[in-house]
Amino acid sequence: MLRAALPLLGLPLAGAAAEGEPTQEPGAPGEPPPSLALFRWQWHEVEAPYLVALWILVASLAKIVFHLSRKVTSLVPESCLLILLGLVLGGIVLAVAKKAEYQLEPGTFFLFLLPPIVLDSGYFMPSRLFFDNLGAILTYAVVGTLWNAFTTGAALWGLQQAGLVAPRVQAGLLDFLLFGSLISAVDPVAVLAVFEEVHVNETLFIIVFGESLLNDAVTVVLYKVCNSFVEMGSANVQATDYLKGIASLFVVSLGGAAVGLVFAFLLALTTRFTKRVRIIEPLLVFLLAYAAYLTAEMASLSAILAVTMCGLGCKKYVEANISHKSRTAVKYTMKTLASCAETVIFMLLGISAVDSSKWAWDSGLVLGTLVFILFFRALGVVLQTWVLNQFRLVPLDKIDQVVMSYGGLRGAVAFALVILLDRTKVPAKDYFVATTIVVVFFTVIVQGLTIKPLVKWLKVKRSEHHKPTLNQELHEHTFDHILAAVEDVVGHHGYHYWRDRWEQFDKKYLSQLLMRRSAYRIRDQIWDVYYRLNIRDAISFVDQGGHVLSSTGLTLPSMPSRNSVAETSVTNLLRESGSGACLDLQVIDTVRSGRDREDAVMHHLLCGGLYKPRRRVRAEKCLRHFISEDARERQDKEVFQQNMKQRLESFKSTKHNICFTKSKPRLRKAGRKKKDGVANTGTTNGKPPRDVGFQDTAAVILTVESDSSETEKEDDEGIIFVARATSEVLQEGKVSGSLEVCPSPRIIPPSPTCAEKELPWKSGQGDLAVYVSSETTKIVPVDMQTGWNQSISSLESLASPPCTQAPTMTHLPPHSLATEEPQAPLALPSDPLLSFAFPPSWAKAGRSRSESSADIPQQELQPLMGQEDHTHLSPGAANPPCIQFNKGGRL
Amino acid sequence: QGALSSCLRKPRRDPPSFFPAVSQASLVRLHHRFRALDSNKKGYLCRMDLQQIGALAVNPLGDRIIDSFFPDGSHSVDFRGFARVLAHFRPVEDEGTGTWDPEEPEPLNSRMNKLRFAFQLYDLDRDGKISRHEMLQVLRLMVGVQVTEEQLESIADRTVQEADEDGDGAVSFLEFAKTLEKMNIEQKMSIRILK
Repeated sequence: MLRAALPLLGLPLAGAAAEGEPTQEPGAPGEPPPSLALFRWQWHEVEAPYLVALWILVASLAKIVFHLSRKVTSLVPESCLLILLGLVLGGIVLAVAKKAEYQLEPGTFFLFLLPPIVLDSGYFMPSRLFFDNLGAILTYAVVGTLWNAFTTGAALWGLQQAGLVAPRVQAGLLDFLLFGSLISAVDPVAVLAVFEEVHVNETLFIIVFGESLLNDAVTVVLYKVCNSFVEMGSANVQATDYLKGIASLFVVSLGGAAVGLVFAFLLALTTRFTKRVRIIEPLLVFLLAYAAYLTAEMASLSAILAVTMCGLGCKKYVEANISHKSRTAVKYTMKTLASCAETVIFMLLGISAVDSSKWAWDSGLVLGTLVFILFFRALGVVLQTWVLNQFRLVPLDKIDQVVMSYGGLRGAVAFALVILLDRTKVPAKDYFVATTIVVVFFTVIVQGLTIKPLVKWLKVKRSEHHKPTLNQELHEHTFDHILAAVEDVVGHHGYHYWRDRWEQFDKKYLSQLLMRRSAYRIRDQIWDVYYRLNIRDAISFVDQGGHVLSSTGLTLPSMPSRNSVAETSVTNLLRESGSGACLDLQVIDTVRSGRDREDAVMHHLLCGGLYKPRRRVRAEKCLRHFISEDARERQDKEVFQQNMKQRLESFKSTKHNICFTKSKPRLRKAGRKKKDGVANTGTTNGKPPRDVGFQDTAAVILTVESDSSETEKEDDEGIIFVARATSEVLQEGKVSGSLEVCPSPRIIPPSPTCAEKELPWKSGQGDLAVYVSSETTKIVPVDMQTGWNQSISSLESLASPPCTQAPTMTHLPPHSLATEEPQAPLALPSDPLLSFAFPPSWAKAGRSRSESSADIPQQELQPLMGQEDHTHLSPGAANPPCIQFNKGGRL
Repeated sequence: QGALSSCLRKPRRDPPSFFPAVSQASLVRLHHRFRALDSNKKGYLCRMDLQQIGALAVNPLGDRIIDSFFPDGSHSVDFRGFARVLAHFRPVEDEGTGTWDPEEPEPLNSRMNKLRFAFQLYDLDRDGKISRHEMLQVLRLMVGVQVTEEQLESIADRTVQEADEDGDGAVSFLEFAKTLEKMNIEQKMSIRILK
């Protein structure tokens, strides 16, 4: 680029500061023997970076102030406010220093301020939209810019010939063409700043914005060619020079794009190998993009085009390669830098305008330029659009054209270019500077202010933000394929054909080369959308108050992959009921894929952590859910409740015994033994769900439980919770009772009970489900039967409840518990079950453990049984409380 | 030549609904293409003729699109049927959309008909609903091998549930259209050269 050739002023701010403010620097000026100073003031050493930081700080603070008032920012674009602020600051500086300081230097602008903005816009450019409209964008960028430059330049020259421009403006046709070339280009920074707040529809935005990015190549070439022609003198220009000028257009544009693509390739390739040094990933993105810019600048190619293409080309692969955190880092850093640069640009632009030494005002020139750029822009847009509409699928209508004409904002690029002119070669430079400043201010402030009302008034289609849905994504792909196929059938190789080709090429070679293998394997757009939706949903669920777990638990059964009989039935139930919850649940379920396993584990861990404080609430919620289930389930519930009562009674007795006999460690042991025994016998496997479930009284829950083994965590907690489960009211009573009975802290009822309640839901997590093997559920050991018999005997002693329960049970055999069915008849009469039942719930929970401890259990089980029997026989007192509980449970 | 001229004459005589309202130039172009595809000059196309098109073989939906040229299990398609299918992809003219006579059937390139065309690519058993199974089949075609079957199933589940409003576990045409109501179908399902 031309700019590179120009003397680099380094940090202009610093330079300016050095001249302007020799102020405070009381180091140790005069004293010959420099004694050891306690305190040294070294302003000069930090001056340059300090000033840069200060200016950025001022700009940022200004931004904050602007945004304090919503009203102001909704009416006035930020860029306007910044320019005005710049004017004020410039005035202050001028008044204080008697000299214009801190102006926008072309060197800083092109080397430091512009790249972040362009990179940001290129990297986050919606590539599909961009390429869909590439034809229009290129036309406007190339033809439009050429048209604007030549017509404006020529018209100004005509104006001068007509005597409307003061004769002191010494400029020939070439000078005016040069001026036309630099004033004609639509400026990406200004367009971005204004259009981002206007929210016109995306097609319109991408056309205007794309044009502003791509016209850089044309601007650069025109400017350079005209500039060299002016320097050579019009007499010396030969025909070959014109040809060279035209050729350089292609060199500069295609060369810039090529540089950008090469660096994009390098960048993608580099990020493929950063697996172990994730931390530098964001840095690489910025470094290589900046390198692309500098390289293009060095080779006098279009640097803006280079960075745009670099960002556009690398994004897909880079995003796939770098880690999630790096992605966020890249995004935020890029946005921050761009916004910072934009702010500083507009502010410095305002400050620069104050310097009257650069100004030379000529009303004819200024007004003429303003009129011409508006008029020729509009004319050019109309003409080009008319041609383009012959080829466009969706024609651009008149309103679009108005917005496009009016949205042709000029900005800092034009200003920086005009500053770069050589006064000795271009005598009218001062007039041009003044005119440019006026044009920039007019477009940014007046047009920027009015474009929003204009868009509203014209009812331009606004962009509508909708979250992508899976259906849309899927169908969009379908449409692409359909269109590609139809083009094949029609035999016309159009846009869709080539895009299809490109995608296949990309899939076959580029992606394989540039993407990490792991990233390539899991990469699929539809899956990506799905994944993102899931994450979003999960987050929103958690935000909603942590009911996620319960809902997950509910839906879990709906997952098709797990296939125990009970499960499938549950899933069917859920499906049929078609409850709203299903969707959500499903979403969460899906996380189980191999790729997401890690995430899932993390998620579950988190949930586990969050879980505790909310247990109670969630449990209640769950209950509500379940209650809403249909009548069938209610029946099951009742059956369960009855069963539970029975078990409770028996359980109570056992509990008492334990408490009395041993302190908590003992208790624990016993519990374990029970579990182990259960596990060994296997009989309990089918049952545990029941026990757990009885609290909630929903059959569905039970079945779920059986599938998922999450219960493990809670297993240690005392037997007590079973009693709890029946009802909360009961729990309280029970708690007190249990406390009285047994001093051991272990038994403390409240927490375990709560936990128990939740158990079923907890099981919902997909990962956990893996543990639950179908085998465990199926094992129904013979030992169980013996246990039952024993318990039956005890039951008989408790006679009262069984008779009521028995009939109900027979009525309603739990449909979902197919495996247990054979045993169910036995269980019906049995309080003994209860004694056993507890262990089962534990066993369930502790299944993983039980494997390790499996050897021990049998012997231990026996003693336990004995104990339980005893308890049944001995305490008559236990029975009455049990009954009460039952009532509570029903209530 | 006779065939062509007769075909060309038809659009003038027939109501637009009967013969797809494709412009004269497009018809000529289509007819050229039709004859080029018709390998044995038999006057109609069979599946084989379309399957010869190389790019269609690598199109994941290629077979289904070929099938859509042969409705109701027929094995051949004449030029009229050929043009009729392709007429779905005519761009919608802004002026024309609102003006067609309500008594006449909707033009083939209306939004709904474009959607219907896409819909019947999913709906293999023609029961007017995209079941989960059908969705899964499409996904299997469109999604790369790198996505596991399990993932596919979960995607299919979610896709169906997302669109399913009446809870029947399948996506009806109305539900299908509803999920896409924000999308510019007129634009996305049109090919310029068919104007």
